[in-house]
Amino acid sequence: MNKTVKLPPQITKERLADLYKEMWLIRYFDEKVDEFFAKGMIHGTTHLCVGQEATASGAISMLKDIDKITSTHRGHGHCIAKGGDVNKMMAELFGRTTGYCKGKGGSMHIADVETGNLGANGIVGGGIPLAVGAALTSKMKKEEYVVLCFFGDGASNEGSFHESINLASIWDLPVVFFCENNQYGMSGSVKEMTNIENIADRAKGYGIPGEVIDGNDILEVMNAVDEAVSRARNGNGPSIIEAKTYRWKGHSKSDAKKYRTREEEKEWRQKDPIARFKKMLLDKGIDEKYLDSLQEEAKKTIEDSVEFATNSPEPSLDSLMEDVYA
Amino acid sequence: MREITFLEAVREAMSQEMRQNQDVFILGEDIGVYGGAFGVTRGMIEEFGPERVRNTPISESAIAGAAIGSALTGMRPILELQFSDFITISMDQMVNQAAKLRYMYGGKGKVPMVLRTPAGSGTGAAAQHSQSLEAWMTHIPGLKVVQPSTAYDVKGLLKAAIDDDNPVIFYEHKLLYKTKGEVPEEQYSIPLGKADVKREGTDVTIVATAIMVHKALEAAVELEKEGISVEVVDPRTLVPLDTETIIESVKKTSRLVVVHEAVKRGGYGGEIASAIAESDAFDYLDAPIKRVGGKAVPIPYSPKLEKAAVPQVPDIIEAVKETLNKRIVTYA
Ligand SMILES: Cc1ncc(C[n+]2csc(CCOP(=O)(O)OP(=O)(O)O)c2C)c(N)n1
Ligand SMILES: [Mg+2]
Repeated sequence: MNKTVKLPPQITKERLADLYKEMWLIRYFDEKVDEFFAKGMIHGTTHLCVGQEATASGAISMLKDIDKITSTHRGHGHCIAKGGDVNKMMAELFGRTTGYCKGKGGSMHIADVETGNLGANGIVGGGIPLAVGAALTSKMKKEEYVVLCFFGDGASNEGSFHESINLASIWDLPVVFFCENNQYGMSGSVKEMTNIENIADRAKGYGIPGEVIDGNDILEVMNAVDEAVSRARNGNGPSIIEAKTYRWKGHSKSDAKKYRTREEEKEWRQKDPIARFKKMLLDKGIDEKYLDSLQEEAKKTIEDSVEFATNSPEPSLDSLMEDVYA
Repeated sequence: MREITFLEAVREAMSQEMRQNQDVFILGEDIGVYGGAFGVTRGMIEEFGPERVRNTPISESAIAGAAIGSALTGMRPILELQFSDFITISMDQMVNQAAKLRYMYGGKGKVPMVLRTPAGSGTGAAAQHSQSLEAWMTHIPGLKVVQPSTAYDVKGLLKAAIDDDNPVIFYEHKLLYKTKGEVPEEQYSIPLGKADVKREGTDVTIVATAIMVHKALEAAVELEKEGISVEVVDPRTLVPLDTETIIESVKKTSRLVVVHEAVKRGGYGGEIASAIAESDAFDYLDAPIKRVGGKAVPIPYSPKLEKAAVPQVPDIIEAVKETLNKRIVTYA
């Protein structure tokens, strides 16, 4: 793609380099998790966002610290991008007390309320109304934060999506609905499961703006989110951004991927968001050795997180009944 | 006789019915080439085509409602919900529509549908994918509720559920899918409302459901080594409930332990215990009835905590011993 994408003004070269490293953190984290599941070292299930790093990093980079997100079952990238601690994430996947949820939540329920991550969600579409509620608090208490609500293409067929968008629209709430359209639900392709070209077209039905972007181009993601977040922060209500992307791995730990072709997978791999970002950074004159060193650092950080997780204690049976009620 | 898995028995029951009755079809998320979240429908779209094995969007309210509407107008749908936890999203349609339409319409119309859904913990899927919510459904007049425990039972009960002219909630415990048993190749029906004595005994009756039937049987083997003879009764269907078989068993053993994986508080065990308390079997009891159920906690992720949240074999053994050590003292 040859178009020149402007950078949002607040973004410095250093910040871009940080984001590059962050994308590698996300990728290495999920690749590690994939490896552990394959070896049977982690229990339960997981949903990996390899190939979708630009949506998490790009979108969340446009938020302020006070802003909040709601995430999905495919939420490791969102958590990392919101400033989550990979040690606590890895420990959670290993079911340890040092994990984000003290070993009680696992991959699908990682939440980091302090950094404004209101949580991954095991219920498809479950987080969308929560984002609306968090935006309502912001409005009622004049807290001036914006909520970035992640959801998938599949989730946009849940009633919760439609009801939430309408509610946010009539109340003018500061929420940005960010659809990570990775082309499939579990196996249902968006082409078969909807009769519209773009999920963002649904915005029209609720009287809010909708925009379609290339979700594998981090700069495009940043620009679109910057605009939508500013609009929301200025009291001009919600909008939908639909980022077209692709999950490289299967839906969850066991998936024969019969619903798509290897050719299609290959095509999308060529649109690797990290490789594309690297090229942009090189074009901006950032030194390749420096970029490679960032990648190495990311890898090491993930290896350290495994060390941290495996050295952490398992929860005691006494903790079973804790935290049911406040 | 040949052995097949519980999962294969479910698939066979559906396929055999679909071969003979064009009105029977399946709908659900990812039930096409993916074969469903647990692989139950694998191969079915190849045999029956996408018209009768209908892959749906992720829309649990709409697909439940569509199943109900099609049932009301002459089809016999089987709705597969990926996890029984998601029944919460289908609940309005199941509770306010499916369960009541016929009654509200003064006996006109019927809703012959089956909602099949995997339930229970043990897979590490944590709080939103591991619940056992069957007691909710039993509270609703108009719904039938089935909880099979073996490959043989599931095949026959599913046939009966499909043949039934009412909405049936059909629970399949995830950990049972891979269990094997002898299953006849031909179609057969096990009537809804007929309990099965899975093991005969004389000292204590355990009424257990779904996966707990197997845990109760394991406990019974252990207890036998100590000279304790346990009878294990599997109700198989909660609504209708075969109280007669349970009452007969309790009259014989004079002791009752009820076990289910669902949270004990508000669980169906309370219904079974009450049925005995209200019956003439009450006079036969030599000890208070004991209920064993899940802890009142969401299912945690850590494997160790997950196990501790629901009854295990030692919990059942302990409960049996407690009932045996307790006596009701009657003062004349
Ligand atoms: C209410 C509900 N229905 C079904 C599921 C099972 N499920 C988990 S993820 C998923 C696909 C979701 O697709 P999408 O929203 O596009 O997100 P993606 O997995 O592609 O990131 C499904 C069907 C669920 N967790 N919750
Ligand atoms: Mg998707």
